[in-house]
Amino acid sequence: MATEDTRADATAAPLDLPLRVAIPISKIMPWAIFGVVIMGLCYYFVGAEQGATSIFSGMGIHEFVHDARHLLGFPCH
Amino acid sequence: MVGQLVFRGFIVGILAGLLAFGWARTFGEPAVNVAINFESAQDAAKAAAAVAAGKPRPAEDPVIFSRTVQSGIGLLTGMVVAGAGLGCLFAVLFAFANGRMGKLGPGPTSILIAFFGLMSVYVVPMLKYPANPPSVGEPATIKYRTGLYFLMMAISIAATLGALRLRRSLVPRYGAWNGSLLALGAYLVVIAAAYVGLPGINEVPRAFPAVTLWNFRVASFGIQIVLWGTLGIVFGYVGARTAQTARL
Repeated sequence: MATEDTRADATAAPLDLPLRVAIPISKIMPWAIFGVVIMGLCYYFVGAEQGATSIFSGMGIHEFVHDARHLLGFPCH
Repeated sequence: MVGQLVFRGFIVGILAGLLAFGWARTFGEPAVNVAINFESAQDAAKAAAAVAAGKPRPAEDPVIFSRTVQSGIGLLTGMVVAGAGLGCLFAVLFAFANGRMGKLGPGPTSILIAFFGLMSVYVVPMLKYPANPPSVGEPATIKYRTGLYFLMMAISIAATLGALRLRRSLVPRYGAWNGSLLALGAYLVVIAAAYVGLPGINEVPRAFPAVTLWNFRVASFGIQIVLWGTLGIVFGYVGARTAQTARL
């Protein structure tokens, strides 16, 4: 943090001023698909695997993330 | 550049998951433990009743992981994995929104994404199907409940995206204030219709302590605020810096 402050003028980007550099949609799309897939996988394994549906048999994953599943608001048991 | 954003979103997401773990451990676990003790007492009473009636003792659930593991490394893993996934999605949303929000800079853009994300991914589905502690919920209906929960989440996300798009088309005609309120009105109609149309789920056992249920749900809400809040605040800095270095 301290090193950031000392060279703030040269490199730090203002957070409250608009950046007129919107990334073209075509460049975002492949990463958007990637991001949604990763998000889906993470949420699926924490939120639903070995509950409503199972890719792997047994209850190991379900039981391991049991508390997180309940506390993140997913239906459980 | 988008790849860099997504990677950084992943890292910020892990940080958010760690903080959410701290919140969950402090405010969530006490309620989870009360609920599990309640469940054990219910199971023991059922088993005793079965034996008294001359029926065989019902099989107990095998213990795969101890409570120490579930409330420690298991909870940590769950929070960090969920946070990392959320971080990837957040970075993509930021890439779409940054520079397309009129006069808003990366900081406020990031905060707005966090607000809309929290509302549409958690708050609106939760108001219909609230988070439940262990021992609330029939095992037999898990498929039904999970399906309804994800359906409500999908409707909620679609309604938010639809309303934002509608707002964009209404603002030139009706002005920023009236256009936004009209879009908000349309959004509320869709959400209210889903609340009315989808079946309710109420499986809280009669004897379940109300205070525990309340504490659990408030803790669950807090965890989501920590997750989305961390992403919203930290990603403003990360996104601004990434955009800056990519331009130079």
